[in-house]
Parts: sequence; C-alpha cells; structure tokens
Amino acid sequence: MTDAAALRRRTREFLSAHPPADTGRLDFLRARFDAGLAWVHFPEGLGGLGLPRSLQAVVDAELEAAGAPDNDPRRIGIGLGMAAPTILQYGTQEQKRRFLKPLWTGEEVWCQLFSEPGAGSDLAALGTRAVREGEHWVVNGQKVWTSSAHLARWAILIARTDPDVPKHRGITYFVCDMTDPGVEVRPLRQITGEAEFNEVFLTGVRVPDAHRLGEVGDGWRVAQTTLNNERVAIGGMRLPREGGMIGPVSKTWRERPELRTHDLHQRLLKLWVEAEVARLTGERLRQQLVAGQPGPEGAGMKLAFARLNQEISGLEVELRGEEGLLYDDWTMRRPELVDFTGRDAGYRYLRSKGNSIEGGTSEVLLNIVAERVLGLPAEPRTDKDVAWKDLAR
Amino acid sequence: MSDLLYSEEEEALRAAVRDLLADHCDAAGVIARTESDAPHDSSLWKTLADGMGLAGLLVPEDRGGQGATHREAAVVLEELGRAVAPVPYLTSAVVATEALLACRDGDDLLAELASGRGIGVLAVGLHTAPGAAFATVRAADGALHGELTGIADAAVAGVLLVPADDGGLYAVRADAVTVLPQVSLDLTRPVARVVLDGAPGRRLGDTETAVHRALRAGAGLLASEQLGLADWSLTETVRHLKDRTQFNRPVGGFQALKHRLAQLWLETVSLRAAARGAADALAAGEDADVAVAVAQAYAAPVAVRAAEEALQLHGGIGMTWEHPVHLHLKRAKADSIAYGTAGAHREALAELVDLRAP
Repeated sequence: MTDAAALRRRTREFLSAHPPADTGRLDFLRARFDAGLAWVHFPEGLGGLGLPRSLQAVVDAELEAAGAPDNDPRRIGIGLGMAAPTILQYGTQEQKRRFLKPLWTGEEVWCQLFSEPGAGSDLAALGTRAVREGEHWVVNGQKVWTSSAHLARWAILIARTDPDVPKHRGITYFVCDMTDPGVEVRPLRQITGEAEFNEVFLTGVRVPDAHRLGEVGDGWRVAQTTLNNERVAIGGMRLPREGGMIGPVSKTWRERPELRTHDLHQRLLKLWVEAEVARLTGERLRQQLVAGQPGPEGAGMKLAFARLNQEISGLEVELRGEEGLLYDDWTMRRPELVDFTGRDAGYRYLRSKGNSIEGGTSEVLLNIVAERVLGLPAEPRTDKDVAWKDLAR
Repeated sequence: MSDLLYSEEEEALRAAVRDLLADHCDAAGVIARTESDAPHDSSLWKTLADGMGLAGLLVPEDRGGQGATHREAAVVLEELGRAVAPVPYLTSAVVATEALLACRDGDDLLAELASGRGIGVLAVGLHTAPGAAFATVRAADGALHGELTGIADAAVAGVLLVPADDGGLYAVRADAVTVLPQVSLDLTRPVARVVLDGAPGRRLGDTETAVHRALRAGAGLLASEQLGLADWSLTETVRHLKDRTQFNRPVGGFQALKHRLAQLWLETVSLRAAARGAADALAAGEDADVAVAVAQAYAAPVAVRAAEEALQLHGGIGMTWEHPVHLHLKRAKADSIAYGTAGAHREALAELVDLRAP
C-alpha cells in the first residue's frame, strides 16, 4: 500500500473513532494531534508520523469531507508557521513535549518578539538585553510590530546576551512567558485606524534557562529557521484565478458599469494580467516544492504581491469615484484576524502599504535576490567585525 | 491546474538544442549572416528539422510528424530565442503547421513541413493578432491576384498559405509568386512583400478557422521565444556586471544596478510561469484563449525591457554592432508586435474574462 493510501485509511479510522459530530472541538483536536494527524511531517509523538509534508493534503481532504473542526490556522499562524518549526529543530525533548501540542490545538497562542524600534531591516543589531542570573535570564528592552501579543501565552524572543562580540554572534533565542509581570503590551495604532500590532515593553522579565532554544550566542542562526519558514509560508499559498486583491476590483468593474473610464480600463487590464501571472508564478513555485525541486522564486513572490496589492487597491479607490472619498470606519480596534481583502477599498489601499515593509522590505528583498540568486557582490559591510556595543546607533 | 514545470524529457530536449546552437549558431556568425543576402541559416535549419526531427513536433505521427505537443515546441523556441537563431521555426513548424492541421486538405504539405523537407509560411502579416482582420488576395478561376506585406520568413519558404477573398486558404508554390524582401527591424526574422499575379493556388480549407488557430498557437509559443530572449539578456548582463569594474569595484556591486537586475529576474521567472501556462494550455486544449492572451500581454514588455536593460547596463559596448545585444533588442521589439501587441491581447482579455470597456 502506498503511503497516501495508508494515511487515508488511518485518517478514516481516526474519524470513525472520533466522529466530529459527537466530539468536542478541543477533544477532537487533541486526539488528532495524538494520532499523528496534526502535521504528518513532524515526528511520531509530536503530532506527526514522519511522513513527507506533501501528504498532509491527504489528511486535510478527508477531515474536510467529514466536516471536522480545524485549529483555526489563521489565528495561530505565528505559532504554526514560525515557532513550531524552530522548536522542532532546536528545542529539547522537554520543550517539544511542553509546547507543540497546545500550540497546534490553538490552546496557547504565540507571538514573535523580533523587531525593535532600532532594529528593523538590520534585525541583528537588536538591543534588547538578556543577562544571566543563576538559572534565569533577566530581559530588558522594547519590541515592536508584534501581532497577537495581547492574545499570546508565549513568545519567541531574540535578545542580546553578549554586547562585546560582533552583532550576529551575541544573540540568544528564548521562549518568553507573556504572562510574566514584566511584560507590558500596548496596542500600536496604524494608518488604517486599527491596531493589528503591538509594542511590547520588557522590564526585568525572568526567562528560565530551560526556555532557551539553541546555544547561548547562537540565536541568529536559530532565527534563520524561523524567518525561512515565514518565507515558505508566504510562497506556499495556492490561489484560484482572481483569488487575490484583483478579485474585488474586478467584481466592482463588472457590477458598476457607470464607474468605468478608458484610462481605468487600460490600467485594470494590465494589473489583471500581472495578477494572473503572479498567481501562475506562485503556482509554479508550489509545483516545484511538491516535486522536490525548490526554486529561488519564493524570494520574489513577496515582492510581486506587495507591489500588485498596492497598485490594485489604489486603482480600486480611484475607480469608486465619489465613494473613494469615504472610509468605512476609523474606530480604533484590535482585530484578532486580519484579512487583507476584507473591508473596503480604502482600507485595502492603506493596509497594503505595509506589504512592502513587513516581513522584509522590498528593498532588502531585492538585495537578497541580487546576491543570493544572481550572485552579485554583497553590499559593503562596515559592521561585520565590530563589537555590537561599538556600532553607530 | 496546468503543469508549469519541465519534464525530464523536455529538459533533455533543451540540452540537445542548446548544445547544437552553441556549436552552430554563435552571435558573430548570426551578425555576419545578417549582412549577407541570406540572413537565414539553412544548414542549421536542416540539422534542427531534418537531423533532430524538431519541425514535426506538433504533427501527429500518422501524419508524418513526431506526435509531441506545444510544451516541447515551446522548449525549442526558448532556446532559439536565447540564440536569436535565424531559422523559420516559429513561422513554419508552428504557425504554418497549425494552419495546415486545421485544413481538410494538405496532408502532403503537412508531411513536407514536418519532415523539414520544405518550409511553409502563412501569408498573413506578422503583426496580426489572433482574431484580428487581415489582408486577403483575390481568387478568380483558380488563380490568385494581389499583394501581401509583412510576411515573415517568406524569403525562404517553398510554399505559402495564402488567404483569399472567397474564404479559402490556398497553397501557393513560392516559384509562382514574387517575394520582395522588406528592410526589416529584426534582421534575423525578416519580413517580405509577396506579389501574386495570377498565381495558381490549391484550396486547402477555410481561412478563418485555420488562421485563427495558427495565430493563437504562434502568439502562445512566441511567449517562450520571448522568455529565451529575456533569460539571455538577464544572464549575460549579470555575467558582464560581475566582470566589469569601474571605481575599483565590480559594477554589479552597486545597489542601483543590483535592484534593477533583481527586478528583471523577478519578471523573467514570472514570464516563465506565464509561457509554460500558455504552452500547457495549448497542448491540453483547455483555457487556451485566456492563457495565450495573458502570456502575450505579459511577455512582450518583459522581453523588450530585458533587452533594453541589457543594452543600457552593458554601457558603450552594448551600443556596438559587434556585440550581440542588438540582435536580442531588435528581435524583442519586433516580437512585441508579432501576433498582436500586448495591448491587443489585453483587449482580447477584456472580452474573454468579462472586464469590458466603458
């Protein structure tokens, strides 16, 4: 029997033992984790079966057909996409057993304490300090752009443990308890009016050494696992035609002939073509991953979607004419979920401005493509052999 | 969803064509040929068509071809585009062949083209988009009268497929017409004026369906040629900028240039997905109208920009007759008109995907 057929049978057996209709949502999710059907590419005992990642689709299809509840992956994206693969690669057995199950079931939400006001594109320059005191680390500093911080039970945190060595070498990676009294979370209001992100102030936060991920001073390397998985997650989306930001504007165009002008028509068609080509490029990347030939295209997809989202939503505001002068709601809120294509055109226009900044600015990504894909010379570096404490700031 | 990758066989085919072109189609030779009376490379064509059997890829085996698909023909065109090879592959092995495949009669010609024994061209101006109007000649008593312009590769064709005003597509032997080469922007795919003065023609089938099918396949697979042009432009420019030093640094280390090349890389990999999408849709016969229009609307500006960037970033050497970048620029610019401009394909999409004009 093939792996896929065996896995399908296993999933069906699980479903008959735990009929979704008669099982509580959380009980179902916990049992699914224990049965190794949470993420099949994880090891046995940690929610998986040690199978290829591509076989997850077999499980998901069976569960979806049976109307099974899911773990609301969009609510816990940072845990699933970034914390989990890092814990799996660098965590101790105790850490894996403690953290992965409630992370996957969504019982414990995770957030990411990486960016700082003084360390954006140059993340390795971060200045949040962690000082060892016996079996604990005492953390002081400020983090920013932290989504879900107000909901999170745990955070993945990188902090400076040695200021006397060059910046990449003095960083250590921790799991931080967000309920520690030294953690203060403040909403960070954005140009859209809402606060999707937070500022996080860390004052004398005590992190047990048992919550360190990887070696002391090796945090930059550990963080690469986190950041690479973020990019895999961005590149792995599958979209139908008109599945992205082009969908709403195309719908408006069809339904509202009175708004049409020749200039807008030319621009819409051009963006429609570019959106369709970007979709095909993403699909081709996905096919390469499934075929086990990952290409470097992933680095480019974020660049393409950032620009397209901005141009398409900008066009849509213009298309709406007089209605484009309006905005749906400026109320300060803290949304749990962010849907880039939700709300109205004005919101989409403003929110998509962040697409070329968050998760690596477009300028930094262009450098990465030029250097890692095309092999062009790296930027001149003046910070490589300088102790962190001596850097300009 | 269409298969946007290359199979192992397709990669092997690419390697074989690339090897052949590396040995027999160097840029200096192509440039020298454009200055002669015979810009086409007939010995290269013989090797590709006859030796490797590539002219018959789109023709079923029982009609004298190789029984392959648009996916394989697209790979050949990528490589021919990279080398700006002066051979009538797109015009004869794709466009004329597709026209014949749509006709009731003419299997003898199909076999002739598929084997590479003969070269055929569709006598419709190269600029014509699928579905657009095109010129015809007058048919009277089995003879054809008139003049057609912008006919690509007519100079080397043995047979022309001529649309007439009676709705028929006629096969006309080249020795029965006058072919007058036009001074062409693209020296490697020159166009010509064809004068028919009572030329005998043999009616093969219905013009409308044959021409539409032929131009759609031409437009769709042209995207793969444009991908080859863009890929060459990017690769050569990156190579040059790594070697070239100014201000005591490799020029490719300047961020302004790195960003331009990274952007071009992104557009080139996007074009690859669009071109594979069109080739696969033509092969499968599903969603081909949209896939071809999307690929053509995207490909032309990318290929032109790639060649223009290559020229600019090569600096002065890029402006010389000796350096091959002008071959790619001229081909890319001509290709941006061939089988319909990007704008024409966007207009087609307006109907196809229901985004109608005001």
